[in-house]
Amino acid sequence: MIPELGHFALALACVIAAAQAVLPIWGAWRGDARLMRAAPALAVGQLLALLAAAGALVWSSVVSDFTVLNVVQNSAAAKPLLYKITGTWGNHEGSILLWALILALCGGAVAGFGGNLPSALRARVIGVLGGTSCGFLFFALITSNPFLRVWPPPADGQGMNPLLQDPGLAFHPPILYAGYVGFAVPFAFAVAALIEGRVDAAWGRWVRPWALTSWCLLTCGIALGSWWAYYELGWGGYWFWDPVENASLMPWLTGTALLHSAIVVEKREALKVWTVLLAIGTFSLSLSGTFLVRSGILNSVHSFANDPARGVFILALLALVIGGSLLLFLIRGPALASGGMFAPLSREGALVLNNVLLCAICAVVVTGTMFPLFAELLAGAKISVGAPFFNATVLPLAIPVFAAMAVGPMLAWKRATLWPALQRLWVGALVALAVGLFSVVRWKLLPGLAFGASAWLVLGAVADIGQRIRFGAIGLGASLGRLGGLRRSAFGTAIAHAGMGVTIAGIAGMSLASNSIVLLHPGESTHLAGYTWQLDALEDGSGPNYSARIATISLLEKNGDTRAILRPSRRFFPLQQQTTTDVAIRTTGFVDIYAVLGEERDGGAVLRLHYNPLAPWIWIGALIMAAGGALSLSDRRLRVGAPARQKAATVTA
Amino acid sequence: MISRRWLLGLPLGVATLGGVAFWRMLGGMRQGTFDPRGLPSALIGKTVPDFDLPAQLPSAQGFSNADLHQAAAEHPLLLNFFASWCVPCIEEHDQLMALRGGGLPIWGIAYKDQPGAAADFIQRHGNPYQRIAADAPGRVAIDFGLYGVPESYLLDRTGIVRWRWAGAITADVASRQLQPLLQHYA
Amino acid sequence: MSEATLPASPKRRGLSRKKRRLYLLLACGIGLGSAVGLMAMAFQSSIELFVTPSNIAQAPGNGRLFRIGGLVEAGSLTKTSIDGRPTAQFRVTDGHASVGVSYAGILPDLFREGQGVVALGRLAPDGSFSAEEVLAKHDETYMPKDVADALKARGEWNPADGKPPAADTWIDPAAKPKGG
Repeated sequence: MIPELGHFALALACVIAAAQAVLPIWGAWRGDARLMRAAPALAVGQLLALLAAAGALVWSSVVSDFTVLNVVQNSAAAKPLLYKITGTWGNHEGSILLWALILALCGGAVAGFGGNLPSALRARVIGVLGGTSCGFLFFALITSNPFLRVWPPPADGQGMNPLLQDPGLAFHPPILYAGYVGFAVPFAFAVAALIEGRVDAAWGRWVRPWALTSWCLLTCGIALGSWWAYYELGWGGYWFWDPVENASLMPWLTGTALLHSAIVVEKREALKVWTVLLAIGTFSLSLSGTFLVRSGILNSVHSFANDPARGVFILALLALVIGGSLLLFLIRGPALASGGMFAPLSREGALVLNNVLLCAICAVVVTGTMFPLFAELLAGAKISVGAPFFNATVLPLAIPVFAAMAVGPMLAWKRATLWPALQRLWVGALVALAVGLFSVVRWKLLPGLAFGASAWLVLGAVADIGQRIRFGAIGLGASLGRLGGLRRSAFGTAIAHAGMGVTIAGIAGMSLASNSIVLLHPGESTHLAGYTWQLDALEDGSGPNYSARIATISLLEKNGDTRAILRPSRRFFPLQQQTTTDVAIRTTGFVDIYAVLGEERDGGAVLRLHYNPLAPWIWIGALIMAAGGALSLSDRRLRVGAPARQKAATVTA
Repeated sequence: MISRRWLLGLPLGVATLGGVAFWRMLGGMRQGTFDPRGLPSALIGKTVPDFDLPAQLPSAQGFSNADLHQAAAEHPLLLNFFASWCVPCIEEHDQLMALRGGGLPIWGIAYKDQPGAAADFIQRHGNPYQRIAADAPGRVAIDFGLYGVPESYLLDRTGIVRWRWAGAITADVASRQLQPLLQHYA
Repeated sequence: MSEATLPASPKRRGLSRKKRRLYLLLACGIGLGSAVGLMAMAFQSSIELFVTPSNIAQAPGNGRLFRIGGLVEAGSLTKTSIDGRPTAQFRVTDGHASVGVSYAGILPDLFREGQGVVALGRLAPDGSFSAEEVLAKHDETYMPKDVADALKARGEWNPADGKPPAADTWIDPAAKPKGG
């Protein structure tokens, strides 16, 4: 009964989405206030229907209803409850439902929080979201229906893959999807603005919170995925330039550019065309990423059902959404009046540089990811593009971005002079130079550049705050007083930029990581990174559905003190005939000690040991970035309704 | 001065090109001409490796590469690796029967299979093969560079491998790839 | 909006719309140009070619990374120690030629003799392949979706029952031997 209701709810959501797509936009065109007012109601209706559908699917999984094909294929009676729930979105059908649910949540959020928007704009935004939802729900109903039934139901399900039962894996999709799909709202805003033919400061202010929210979530999602790969895959790395990883990085890059570009639209009514294009582009990249992975064209550890037939449907959906919006851009773009002038050296100019560089990096990632496919399609050549390529191309482009990140916030709008800005940064510059030079001498060029950039960014953020409280120019007491009165978004910016610095430091540290592969018998030891690693024991262990071999490794200091004990293991699951490796990681916050147990040979074990300096900082930095973004979001001035729209809308900062 | 229109149309142009390219990729994947994860076969353009395999019932005789060469001289033939435990082989079987009905000689090699099981398999689903050999240890398959079952090789009349297909031969693959080759090498 | 210039600055210090657009295009051009230039350089040196054992002569030398793929030759896997590091050695074959591979590391869980494998590494001075990364291919059977659908439609296999059952356990009294 419940699955039937779920199925019905899904279909209902599709119908409501169709209405949501058509009626409000028609109403906005006709000036029909009643139809425009219907938009939020329809959005909420779609959301409720999808909540019901998702709830039905989760319920079926929790009670192990094996009449539902999806539950049979992806769950099992003995699966722990947590994974029964989170496994709902770990398969193709479930993840499409999650996509649609989050899209509906976006619509509901605009309905709920968009009270400050003019009726017509809100109607159009919700309408565009409805159209996208409708397409996705059609796709779900026709090719990826999670409510297909099976009769008679089998005794048990097939879905006990131990590799997939992991907390990181459980929570990575929803957060990542929230980021991906969240950019649908700026997309909808852009399309609505194109339909209206107007982009102004007010629009810029309305779009920013939505872009910022999605950006925070996407940052967390990517960081979570990277962290999961680090501790689960056991290769000691945190980023593999895997096509699916790249597919999440691309919208992040343009999303960051969008975030900053929208500021210029709000403050100066300039860069309108850029911002609209970035809004369309970011969501397009999200959608394309989905397509490429699910159709099987891009293959990686993430591939779900590789199904070219599904791929065709998604391609059609993409053609409509992306092609349609870009066509609209072509037709209505000229209607966007050019905005305020600015000198090349100004905050706007710095943000233009930021846009250009981030888009260049994105273009490089896109090319590197797609090149093997096109080489095969056009020339039949079999090549692959990996880390060396991306490192050689992305790093040189990223360095100017980091350099500008500290200087940009110091520049005045419209026209700035460089020297005063640099003067405020002289401390940061000196320290960065010192740190960089020290690192280059001590280690190599690349860590040197990275550590230098990291110091530059963190100190630049401090200098930014210092400049706002006029530190040094007025008394200490007065400065501190100003500190309390600073807007949250000012703190948010500084914190986010500093967070990037922390991540870069983490990456620099990891470039200095050392590892070794040894064969040890119990009692033997080896040396790595100044420590003695001793294999104390190799024992049997077991779990509810697996048998294990566990190694106990002691990390000893030079004087013999035990610094840490690690227990990497290998688990064998007899039912699935699968072996998994369990990495052991201990962290001090500054260094990660990492050990992997390999095969055993005549009483000894092959071990791979890693010493990873500053590894945790990679993810801590990402969290700091997201926290900075969240702090900015909480700034009331960002969210509260913009002043009433004026013809020559000028917004006082 | 570059017209603004051109610049505004650039994203659409790029997206359209991308869309067309991906359309072709998908089409290629369905037909089997495009495989982003495929590994090429080194046997194309060469003769089959040397081997001599015992018989697999219901065939009375096994065969060797020399036998293959001799038989191929009369008509291009298809060498098909299969197994009773291989599910796509069942689906491919209908297609093989149809190809055989159309006059294509097919020789089969049972890969890593038990003789009784393979014989049952043939009896249940039909026998498209003129001769069947058994490669229970799978060593000959390794010499062929087999990636799994089912896998098929087309030999032309000089005994040279002209086409390899990894996976089940579907009707699409048969009509779009195999038939033209058969006509070409007839 | 009209062309805005600062009130007290003479026209020549302000930027005309045309000039600004020129600067903007220039900035974009430089950005795109550097991206393209970097990519071109990287393509020369960082793309990883895929090579089969028969084509090993075409593999890039000079310590350049490339990939080699094939089957792990049965009986060729040995585990030794080289320079104190536990090393796995095996041969990769494509039916016509085989190449020796040596890998100091933990082999993936799916690695088995007779199975497909792709390794990333460089040519060693003695002509063998020194691997930095070894990826094992998955299981032995292919199951395209339309094949699965066709089987389901014929009642041969119901995915709800789990993995495809072993062929010799099927009972199909209604089936007639097809063809001869």
